[in-house]
Amino acid sequence: MKRYSAFAIAREAARYHSGWERAWRSPEPKKSYDVVIVGAGGHGLATAYYLGKNHGITNVAIIEKGWLGGGNTGRNTTIIRSNYLQDESAAIYEKARSLYENLSQELNYNVMFSPRGVMMLAQTEHEIRGYKRTEHANRLQGIETRFIGPKEVKKLVPIIELNGPRYPVLGALWQPRGGTARHDAVAWGYARACSDMGMDIIQQTEVTGIKQARGKVTGVETTRGVIACKKLGMVVAGHSGVLADMAGFRLPIESVSLQALVSEPIKPCMDVVVMANTVHGYMSQSDKGEMVIGGGADGFNNYSQRGSFHHLEETVRALIETFPIVSRLKMLRHWGGIVDMTGDRSPIISKTPLGNTFINCGWGTGGFKSIPGSGWAMAEMMATGEPGDLAAGFGLDRFREGRFIDESVAAGVAH
Amino acid sequence: MLILTCPNCGVVADETDLHGGGEAHITRFGADASEGDFESYLFHKKNPRGVHFERWRHVYGCGKWFHAARDTVTLEVFGTYSAQTLTPPKALQNKIKKKRPDWEGFKK
Ligand SMILES: Cc1cc2nc3c(=O)[nH]c(=O)nc-3n(C[C@H](O)[C@H](O)[C@H](O)COP(=O)(O)OP(=O)(O)OC[C@H]3O[C@@H](n4cnc5c(N)ncnc54)[C@H](O)[C@@H]3O)c2cc1C
Ligand SMILES: [Zn+2]
Repeated sequence: MKRYSAFAIAREAARYHSGWERAWRSPEPKKSYDVVIVGAGGHGLATAYYLGKNHGITNVAIIEKGWLGGGNTGRNTTIIRSNYLQDESAAIYEKARSLYENLSQELNYNVMFSPRGVMMLAQTEHEIRGYKRTEHANRLQGIETRFIGPKEVKKLVPIIELNGPRYPVLGALWQPRGGTARHDAVAWGYARACSDMGMDIIQQTEVTGIKQARGKVTGVETTRGVIACKKLGMVVAGHSGVLADMAGFRLPIESVSLQALVSEPIKPCMDVVVMANTVHGYMSQSDKGEMVIGGGADGFNNYSQRGSFHHLEETVRALIETFPIVSRLKMLRHWGGIVDMTGDRSPIISKTPLGNTFINCGWGTGGFKSIPGSGWAMAEMMATGEPGDLAAGFGLDRFREGRFIDESVAAGVAH
Repeated sequence: MLILTCPNCGVVADETDLHGGGEAHITRFGADASEGDFESYLFHKKNPRGVHFERWRHVYGCGKWFHAARDTVTLEVFGTYSAQTLTPPKALQNKIKKKRPDWEGFKK
């Protein structure tokens, strides 16, 4: 792999950019691999990457039915934060956030991580109490967050309206080291590094069946024939239930559509991420100048990558009362992604009833931020056969034992 | 916008008048059930890609519960029916089978 550098740009500029190579190979699938990962989203690619980097396992295929990063990884609003309430969540999200800090250097690929700060507005007394509790929990967990008052909110976000028509801004939970990254680049950077280690990323190939013998998986049936494997990782987000069904077990997952939209680009007006959970809308500004806006999830099972229109109306209403200057912005695009919701709104990184098969899913509305940490933990489990410290709390058995990691009570909303 | 006809009051209701109640026809287990049965009753929903039977409540209308049959991929609504039944009506099942020949049929 030729490295990207300032020198490479100069070299290519001098020869009409004729020397850039493809970022990853598109090989024919081999008959068999040590590890097959289903799903080339961020989590599948990061799992493969850390299998190679941390555990020396490189005879790996990542099988993707569409194009890599074309699922939720390429559809999300890229908020990265780690100020969760529960210890298990804080540990894995903070691991991910800290890996994001050096990811561009590590992958030699600019993922545009921008620790610009994430602000979660408190607009009711109840929210103030909840966020103060999170602030205290985060202090014990070693995560830097701070509860700030309305004056500081206004200073950080001059375009905000503190006294909106419904809910005044009473303060905010502020994580200065949170921020955003470029979603496609995260998938592309990991894909390039995986390909460079000799792994095969097999796109436009759908897994249609799971072959088993004596309680173990022997391979997967795909639209391009059978591919054998010694270990299988299922990392398919909203389609996890479909894959588990092929393997003969059920998951505590429901798939719903979550929507987002972006506006026309405007001059820089807001350099932090703001989430307003009571009125339910959140917004950040991309480097191109578009306002990136996240909406609500549908209240019913949906695999269509489209969501209901009234959510857009609710989201836009929330944003207009929070940031009046957006009222005349034109919206350019809107889309949906199929998110995988668990009962306690926490993810699953787990062994399965099939001995050599492992699953990573349930990230729901908030798993972009966790990609590096999740891949790290999943790779550790797949290499050793047992979950390590980061994954231990996120097993499927917690639903049987009632040992929930209850983030829905903590946040109540997306991300 | 999802539109369902409430079989209780006959109103053609927008999604915003309704509240989804999740998978229909699940077997309920109580405190004396095995851990496995209780777990699957609470969490192991079918979540199918395709034909789905669900509970809905006409919250901003007559307030009553009913059932609906939908396709979770195309979002087509096959029909709605009374919640006072353990299985979807035969006529509705036949209608779905005609439209979706590959459908495996209603299973508990
Ligand atoms: C609108 C929206 C906004 C969001 N905003 C945020 C945010 O601000 N911050 C945040 O942290 N998270 C956010 N999320 C959540 C985040 O996007 C997801 O949790 C994360 O991207 C999941 O990554 P993944 O790799 O698990 O799944 P995906 O990226 O969906 O990858 C799964 C892949 O599996 C493939 N696949 C499925 N079935 C098969 C099969 N049978 N064979 C082969 N391949 C298959 C799919 O094609 C897909 O590419 C948002 C999500 C959405 C939809
Ligand atoms: Zn009614």
